Amino acid sequence: MRWFDRARRTLATLFRRERETARLDEEMRFHLEQEIAERVGRGASPEEARRGALRGFGNPALLRDEARRGWSWGWVETLARDVKYAARGLRRSPGFSITAIAVMALCIGSTTALFTVVRAVLLDPLPFRDPNHLVMVYEHWRGNLGGGNPYNPVAPGDFLEWRKSTHGFEDMASYHSTNFNVSGDHGELPEVVKAQQGTWNFFSLLGVEPVLGRTFREEEDRVGGDHVAMLTWSFFQRRFGGDPSIVGRTVQLDLKAYTIVGVLPKWFVYPDARSQLWVPYADGKTAEKLGEHDNHYPLVVARMKPGVSLKTATKEVSALQYRMHMEYVGRPVAEDAMSRPMIDDLVEDVKTPLLMMMAAVACMLLIGCLNVSNLLVARGAARQKEMAIRGALGAGRIALLREQMTETMLLCVTSGGLGLLLALAGTAWLRVHWHGLPRAESVHVDGAIVLFTFGVICVAAVLAGLLPALSSTQKGILGALKDSSRSAGGSVSRARLRKVLLSVEIALTVVLLIAAGLLLKSFVQLRTTDLGIPGDHVLTVAYSLPKDQYSKPEQNITFSESLLERVRRIPGVESAGMGSTVPGAGWDGDQVFIIPERPNYESNKQPDAMTRYADPAYFKTLGIPLIAGRVFTEHDRLDQSNKVIVTEELVKRYYPNESVIGRTIVMGTEITNKKRTYEIVGVVGNTLWRVGEQTKATTYFPVLSGDNTYRRTLVVHTSGDPLSYAIPIQKEIAALDPRLPVVDVLTIPQIVGESTVNQSLTTSLVLAFAALSLILAGVGLYGVLSYVVTQRVTEIGIRMALGAQRGQVLGMVLRDGMGPVVAGLAVGVAGGVAVGYVIRSLLYGTKPMDPMVFVVMVATLLLVAAMASAAPAWRASSVNPIEALRTE
Amino acid sequence: MHPAYAYLDDLHSTSVDKHSMGRPNDLVQGTLGLLILKTLSLEPKHGWAIAKRIQQISNDVLQVQQGSLYPALQRLEQQGWIRSKWAETETGRQARFYSLTPAGQAQLEKEREMWSRLSAAIDLVVES
Repeated sequence: MRWFDRARRTLATLFRRERETARLDEEMRFHLEQEIAERVGRGASPEEARRGALRGFGNPALLRDEARRGWSWGWVETLARDVKYAARGLRRSPGFSITAIAVMALCIGSTTALFTVVRAVLLDPLPFRDPNHLVMVYEHWRGNLGGGNPYNPVAPGDFLEWRKSTHGFEDMASYHSTNFNVSGDHGELPEVVKAQQGTWNFFSLLGVEPVLGRTFREEEDRVGGDHVAMLTWSFFQRRFGGDPSIVGRTVQLDLKAYTIVGVLPKWFVYPDARSQLWVPYADGKTAEKLGEHDNHYPLVVARMKPGVSLKTATKEVSALQYRMHMEYVGRPVAEDAMSRPMIDDLVEDVKTPLLMMMAAVACMLLIGCLNVSNLLVARGAARQKEMAIRGALGAGRIALLREQMTETMLLCVTSGGLGLLLALAGTAWLRVHWHGLPRAESVHVDGAIVLFTFGVICVAAVLAGLLPALSSTQKGILGALKDSSRSAGGSVSRARLRKVLLSVEIALTVVLLIAAGLLLKSFVQLRTTDLGIPGDHVLTVAYSLPKDQYSKPEQNITFSESLLERVRRIPGVESAGMGSTVPGAGWDGDQVFIIPERPNYESNKQPDAMTRYADPAYFKTLGIPLIAGRVFTEHDRLDQSNKVIVTEELVKRYYPNESVIGRTIVMGTEITNKKRTYEIVGVVGNTLWRVGEQTKATTYFPVLSGDNTYRRTLVVHTSGDPLSYAIPIQKEIAALDPRLPVVDVLTIPQIVGESTVNQSLTTSLVLAFAALSLILAGVGLYGVLSYVVTQRVTEIGIRMALGAQRGQVLGMVLRDGMGPVVAGLAVGVAGGVAVGYVIRSLLYGTKPMDPMVFVVMVATLLLVAAMASAAPAWRASSVNPIEALRTE
Repeated sequence: MHPAYAYLDDLHSTSVDKHSMGRPNDLVQGTLGLLILKTLSLEPKHGWAIAKRIQQISNDVLQVQQGSLYPALQRLEQQGWIRSKWAETETGRQARFYSLTPAGQAQLEKEREMWSRLSAAIDLVVES
């Protein structure tokens, strides 16, 4: 119990100091009284006794302090006193304090915000059972190692074979995305939702338990199995109001009734937040489709078996894949399999930009610290005399150091607190504005982040405070006192320290500027890429026809034609056409084909082209130029529709210097397949399938063939603002079929914007960081030069008295300022080159050593540096020698 | 440092400074602690009585200054070797009475033993 008593007393002396102090006083008073009483007893007069006792007693205040020192809470009092002094010191120079706190808050805030995102996205393990054993397995073409993506989706036939015949993995599951038109039985609003089709073992492989109901059964994941669906938590809440009795009821997907068997937990947001529901893998597939080896769209996730290395397991799959490749020679079946951990797979696209931004904010934080450090050195110089006098009065160096560090710490803690608030806001903002950020739902600020912020605060305090504190207390008392009486050359070393700090600051700024410049140029290039179409005055409206209701080709041709007719009647519509995916809107599938004149191909060298659809008005409406032949006509329909239009790129690639009009190609791998033999009727200009990607050989098939397997896009050329036609067009669609939801209503610039929104975000953030750093560096330079000029006023006065011209003085100060700038520039440019190579994968239309970017950025920095130096230099040159010499 | 040397230091400062006025660090806690513990081992006393008692027993050679006494008492109490409580003196005034705890009793034995070893050793050196 002794420790308990001790702890109690220790705490009492901390929290009840008032009472404890009163008791101590009372005790001492009693002692004094006893002493007086004794002296009186020995015959002294009361007055004499009192004086004698007091003399014997000593200084009561000192005694009390001595006794209280025994309470072992001295450090708290010291700390409280230091903090009080520090706060007083900061209040005395509010300009400095507010600037420093604002700068540091911004730096700490952005560092924390970025770290929050980095932790949630890159560092935290995936929320599945034993996530380190989860991997993604892909098909891999041997020709694809150098450029291009070596990870290729896995055809259903390949996956089923892998799962059946290899044993290196504990289990494998597969999934792919799909779309459904969701409609209700009672006329609820129809909508198109993104959904996923997963194998029956997908959830158990990941270790995901449904919160309601169950997952899929094996027999449901077969051709012709029952129609069942699982809802994600958000869809369950949004569409069904979180009603638990929904399990067992049905939902209409593409006008078919699906039984809801389960609801997924709230935390399960995979593969992305837009996927709203899951159906079995085999749902809607025919046995033939499930056996396809040459149709690559699903992804495969596998769980590693304990004791079997990923390499061994992948090798087994790879060997099997090679056997299949040989078996289906001539068809697009890959030779190998390749795998990588699931987490790497998920964050692949955001890793570099995220780390780059993290590095950028770290640089900015460093620059902020250096700037505060610079400001503190200047303040230290101003308080040199104070320090010297206090030192002379007996303050130890440690005590002085401690006091200065307390001041910096207080500064950093205040900024850190503000920064944390900023980080909360910043994190929320990033979550919303970073398009398709994987695992965005798990980004949040928690205890660990607060701890991280505290760590940053400590590091920042040491970085910003230690150097100035050391330098301002290092000088001997005598030296300092001597110095301050004659400041002409005394602070050379301090000025040098500031210049070194400044050089580092400028070097970091240059690196940031160059990175930002490269990104900005890439972004501008990306946004101004020529898609191959003019793009203005065009509105695109995407919708998909339910397969069952419009299963007959005639039905969906009728729908398309009546819709076009209605749209063309809207006043202001100049032309309207119909196609599949418009330029810039994405890949949307490709097919291999055979050129009958040259029917033999080495494996994987078979011609390949993207698949698009077009109606007679499509090319004219979008402004895609016709190069040769003709576009589709009204007559290319149904059984007359075996016509194809190809792009210049396809001709260039597969028919160099030949005429292609009137020739035939056969889609797929069977040369005798009459149904898939097409006559080339025209050649049109190239378009890009996405900005920033290479153009690709493309085949256009007639919309009027009646094929209904693709998503439709209505393209409308309008006079005036295309978006103002969005509502009239949607009304026409609703008039034809009120249950048909519209997916995307976008202009071409919007489509381009959507695919570059993340580049836009990264670029503007890095640009903002760089601009801030530039301002900080400018302020830093201004501060250093002003300080140097103040220090050298006497010297300048003497020079001028001896006949130096204003111009010479001006030049002297400018040279002084430009020294560190030039040194920093040299280091920074070298760093910029290195950074350029690191972020190479983010660049488009530029290269790491883009001379234009370098020249512009260096010029910007020099301009800012010149501006920052001008004011102090001017002040120096207008020194009045008489006044300057009199000041001392 | 070996405890014995610590006593040497204490002894030194006590004998040199014992007549000077109010320098609080004169009787360093080590020796003073032993004296206080010993004084309290008979019966609980208040601060003034402790000082008086030490003075009387030592024939006025050891004069404990308040500046040393109260910090020492605070420290001993912090250590848990003594405890205090407010009670009335024979004159009817409130005073803080200190008494020895069992832990203090043990500490006293330990320090007394150390002291006799040390003083015997010093005797040997000085009287030889």
